[in-house]
Amino acid sequence: MSLFGPGHGACPGCGFPIAVRGALEALDGKVIAVNSTGCLEIVSSMYGRNTWGVPYIHSLFENAGAVAAGIETALRALKRDKEAHVVVFAGDGATFDIGIGTLSGMMDRNHNVIYICYDNEAYQNTGNQQSMATPTGAATTTTPAGKVIPGKMGRKKDMISIAVAHGIPYVASASIAFPKDFQRKVKRAAEFEGAKYIQVHAPCVTGWGIDGKLTVEVARLAVETGLYPLVEYENGKLVRVRKIKDRKPVEEYLKLQRRFRHLFKHPKGKEIIEELQRVADENARRYGLDA
Amino acid sequence: MRKVVRGFYAIAEAVRLSRPNVIAAYPITPQTEIVENLAEMYANGELGDTEYVTAESEFGAASMVLGASAAGARAFTATSSQGLLLMTEVLYNAAGMRLPIVLVVANRSVSAPLSIWNDIQDSISIRDAGIIQLYVESNQEAHDMIPLAFKVAENRDVLLPFMVCVDGFKLTHAYEPVDLLDQETVDKFLPPYEPVVKLDIEKPAALGCYAPPPYYMEFRVAMEMAMERAREVMLKEFEEWYRLTGRDWGGYVVAENCEDAEVVVVAMGSIVALIREVVKQMRKEGKKVGMLKIRTYRPFPHEEVRKALKNAQKVVVIDRALSIGAEPPLAADVKSALFGLSPEFHSVVMGLGGRDIPREQIEKLINDVLEGKAKPGKRFEGLYEFEEVIP
Ligand SMILES: Cc1ncc(C[n+]2csc(CCOP(=O)(O)OP(=O)(O)O)c2C)c(N)n1
Ligand code: SF4
Repeated sequence: MSLFGPGHGACPGCGFPIAVRGALEALDGKVIAVNSTGCLEIVSSMYGRNTWGVPYIHSLFENAGAVAAGIETALRALKRDKEAHVVVFAGDGATFDIGIGTLSGMMDRNHNVIYICYDNEAYQNTGNQQSMATPTGAATTTTPAGKVIPGKMGRKKDMISIAVAHGIPYVASASIAFPKDFQRKVKRAAEFEGAKYIQVHAPCVTGWGIDGKLTVEVARLAVETGLYPLVEYENGKLVRVRKIKDRKPVEEYLKLQRRFRHLFKHPKGKEIIEELQRVADENARRYGLDA
Repeated sequence: MRKVVRGFYAIAEAVRLSRPNVIAAYPITPQTEIVENLAEMYANGELGDTEYVTAESEFGAASMVLGASAAGARAFTATSSQGLLLMTEVLYNAAGMRLPIVLVVANRSVSAPLSIWNDIQDSISIRDAGIIQLYVESNQEAHDMIPLAFKVAENRDVLLPFMVCVDGFKLTHAYEPVDLLDQETVDKFLPPYEPVVKLDIEKPAALGCYAPPPYYMEFRVAMEMAMERAREVMLKEFEEWYRLTGRDWGGYVVAENCEDAEVVVVAMGSIVALIREVVKQMRKEGKKVGMLKIRTYRPFPHEEVRKALKNAQKVVVIDRALSIGAEPPLAADVKSALFGLSPEFHSVVMGLGGRDIPREQIEKLINDVLEGKAKPGKRFEGLYEFEEVIP
């Protein structure tokens, strides 16, 4: 049996299967997978149609961090902790929003778990509602672009810094556009004892309104504009960033996606685009992205 | 070994002797002392291979024991009131996943208004989760029921979580003589947990699947079947317990003086001890009264209740919880067990939020019913005059 799929039901062009398969392969399938409620769970774990080639558990939307912590504790108590890596796959809603409490507990107690958040920047399973990972200006069904309000107001939550602030040994951001880099990060994470947090940008074709063939291209542009900086922290220190040669203007990223289309005609759209450019510039300064 | 100990210690000690692999918990009055005792045992190296974790919330604690149980561990937690309500989503999930977690609920009323005192509204509120619920009347019973809970929950014919409900403060903080078990006895009774399915790299399985309409109902009906099988399993284990310890707990109900009784009082939990005393006294006075203690609320002992009450002319059910807008929970279940029989039925609610239940109140209650002075139906006892206010 393969480690993940091919029978999964994700939309053609969906980003997260690349991350899931990549992580499982990077760890040679020595994984106990913990999954929160969301798109990944729904497309992979239907009764009688399990697509996972590794032991897998789904409990609730908001408790993957604690379930993983419990598994890890049990493996230690049973002296089975060398058997496998406990790896969480959770959406951004499960991670940034409703499950942040149990994730914080898991990180605070430093359980030996690799927590991978596949970040598709909204609640996609339930039809594209905003999460705290949704970027400024994106239209979702709960932050629609209206005559007055041009999509999501407020910034994308900085989960990377929140993870780093917990003092855990390894934190990284990644993108499905750079699968080798992502796999290296998963392998690197596995070398540390304790809690590890990896956030991997994984486009959603339906929610973002992109052509299924452009998934990787769109994800790459998020990195190349500076909107999704790829960074790596070891023991609280920033140790590596992916440098960008000729950082592109954010419009190049935005214009490929339906969720940002209104920004190009809405009276407040220009302001929002400028704001997003400021976010990208700030990322570049903060992490030294420009090569 | 017989010792005068406090309830929380008797509980913690029984948990230790049951050799759980993982304990995860979060403090809340009046449960706190149970986990504090366990934490102390852990700190002193007295918990053997058990891992003890303080969670970030009851929701986290329940989720951790769920994960631990799925990984093949024997797992324990304890809580009260708001903590139990916060665990609710996870507990329904654990039951559906057929994970034999054991938890102790130190029963406490629920907010609002805030009250740390005892009634059983908390555990009653999640009676439909698919969790075995057992209510004890003494700390000896609490102590003994914990190894039994693990044994029944982990039985392959059952595989459901098990909740031992102990009245907060009234039992948890009371000093009582308890015959404490020893490790040899518990080990003889309770073998290590052998899960049927677990998260195992050698045999990858998916737990917690998603079930569309063609599958869902069968999973739920299977839980109902397991709960039915738990009846047999539990009786067998009560017998085994008696053989091993000489302590005979009977079964799901304890009927005393019911055969010829005109009035039978039905209740659960620590209040049973008081009712027993009153009934004994009244019997000495030649009054035909009896008492029925319900030990397991889920599975509900319909047949036993019906059998014990079949000769009673008048039945009094005491509830310490409400189902606001309907009959109180225990009264409703007892009534359904009596379907077709029609004794005079008194549903009495008392002791909410720690309201004192004096002995005289119970005496008067039974006497009034016996003498035909009380109107059948539902009523509240021990209530003060009050004007309705919306706080
Ligand atoms: C307590 C609770 N609230 C709401 C839901 C409904 N719900 C299921 S999945 C989901 C969104 C998942 O979003 P995310 O974690 O970002 O994953 P994605 O679907 O985008 O992959 C929601 C709101 C739920 N299952 N449980
Ligand atoms: S809705 Fe989006 S995230 Fe979900 S499977 Fe489809 S593309 Fe992937």
